[in-house]
Amino acid sequence: MRLLPASWPAYERQDGGKGVRNVVAVTYLVECAHHVAREITTPFRERGVHTIGFPGCYPNAYASEMLGSLCTHPNVGAVLLVSLGCESFPRAALEDRVAQSGRPVKTLVIQQAGGTRKTIEDGRRWVSDQLLALRDGARTTMWMEELIVGTICGGSDGTSGVTANPAVGRAFDRLVTDGAACIFEETLEMIGCEEHLAGRAVTAELGDELRASVAKAEHYSVAMGWPSFATGNASGGLTTIEEKSLGAYSKSGRLPVHGLLKPCDKPGRGGLYLLDVVPDGEARWGFANIADNVEVAELISCGAHVVLFTTGRGSVVGSAISPVIKICANPLTYTRMSDDMDVNAGRILDGEAMLDEVAHEICAATLRVAAGEPTASETLGHQEFILGYKSFEPAGPACHPAFGATGDRQER
Amino acid sequence: MSEDRGTGWVRLDEGDSVVVLTREVARGEELRGPGGERWIVGAPLTMGHKLAAHAIARGETVLKYGFPIGVASAPIAAGEHVHTHNLRSAHIGIAQGDAA
Repeated sequence: MRLLPASWPAYERQDGGKGVRNVVAVTYLVECAHHVAREITTPFRERGVHTIGFPGCYPNAYASEMLGSLCTHPNVGAVLLVSLGCESFPRAALEDRVAQSGRPVKTLVIQQAGGTRKTIEDGRRWVSDQLLALRDGARTTMWMEELIVGTICGGSDGTSGVTANPAVGRAFDRLVTDGAACIFEETLEMIGCEEHLAGRAVTAELGDELRASVAKAEHYSVAMGWPSFATGNASGGLTTIEEKSLGAYSKSGRLPVHGLLKPCDKPGRGGLYLLDVVPDGEARWGFANIADNVEVAELISCGAHVVLFTTGRGSVVGSAISPVIKICANPLTYTRMSDDMDVNAGRILDGEAMLDEVAHEICAATLRVAAGEPTASETLGHQEFILGYKSFEPAGPACHPAFGATGDRQER
Repeated sequence: MSEDRGTGWVRLDEGDSVVVLTREVARGEELRGPGGERWIVGAPLTMGHKLAAHAIARGETVLKYGFPIGVASAPIAAGEHVHTHNLRSAHIGIAQGDAA
């Protein structure tokens, strides 16, 4: 087994976090402030200034917690909140939380600042100052035991479960063995895998929780009248949700599952974790995940520094806050869209590489990106972000038997 | 995983009732099945699509990766394309949705 670096340079945060990027998050607190936030970002968007936010005018505890987690993510160095003024979002609480984390934070209220033009000018001035300050910010060394890696698949086809997904699974096995925390998700795409999944739990009680999370996802899908299955999945050779699920599930590798997280829960330490992305309670929020970036943002809310994104059909998305590494499953897609891809797992189908070789390539790319190398989607300017309404019950004690997720959602 | 580059397909688990195409195939193209039997491809297919590894009866559970991926909704001949026209989910069908 070839060696991977055990440490690399990182950004040091006052709250003890270590980031692999130095992002200024311009955060709108209602859709009515989105344009102003985006205009503030635009001149700086190639300098690590990202726009995130919540469109809703009515309060939602999940959305507040998501923005709180993301604005204090280790990859974030400073935060500008952009409020219209009359929305329900608890902006003072968010500003307090960011300030307590030691990050520079400012709130601009469009109605008080004098409207669109004035707010954009004020915002750009503040962001410009922060970029100067962040350039001279503290640096530190980050160790494998501190790294959190998430994974998701999007635009899957019949090659995904044969090449890229099992390659990520083997990369996860390696990263967890070396001390990292790795998070897989998509309980909506684990339908049919629940017994195998439950059998990998480190305790029987956690196994019951894992099984229940998949049952909840199936129930939610039935309520929506549609599984997590797009037209393009079928064109690419996938026929049923359980077939897609088996392929998606292989991203989790073979190691025991150490815990079950809800969005914004942090893994307590290294290990393999399942993120439950389906709202609790009755199915009342519409589709649980309208597109892949909902789940990417949730992986990042759990602290993911880097996200491994597998695709067969050819997804192009990246994300705000954390870099997204694209692993292409289909060699023909790779040929067509190589600019958008970081790793060509399709070589396995061409007989040019074995799974272990691609898995090593994924691990090596993960650590290069953690050390600062830009991904394809970063280079192309992708900074997608989606946040909508959901509701979650806190994860119970059975969900983190081995070490205890810090679960800061529950503490407030 | 039993794999034969020459066949154009891979059988992911020995017990699987389907094989997965590893390259594009043309209509009328001749492939060799797991026992060396001749298959004539009925339709052009891209890589990742499935062919029946052996004859499958209506109502039979279809296996891929060694796990069930659904139930045959029609009799399927060895070497025939296995997809939405002859395989349905045992969990949630995609036909019942309104998003098509």
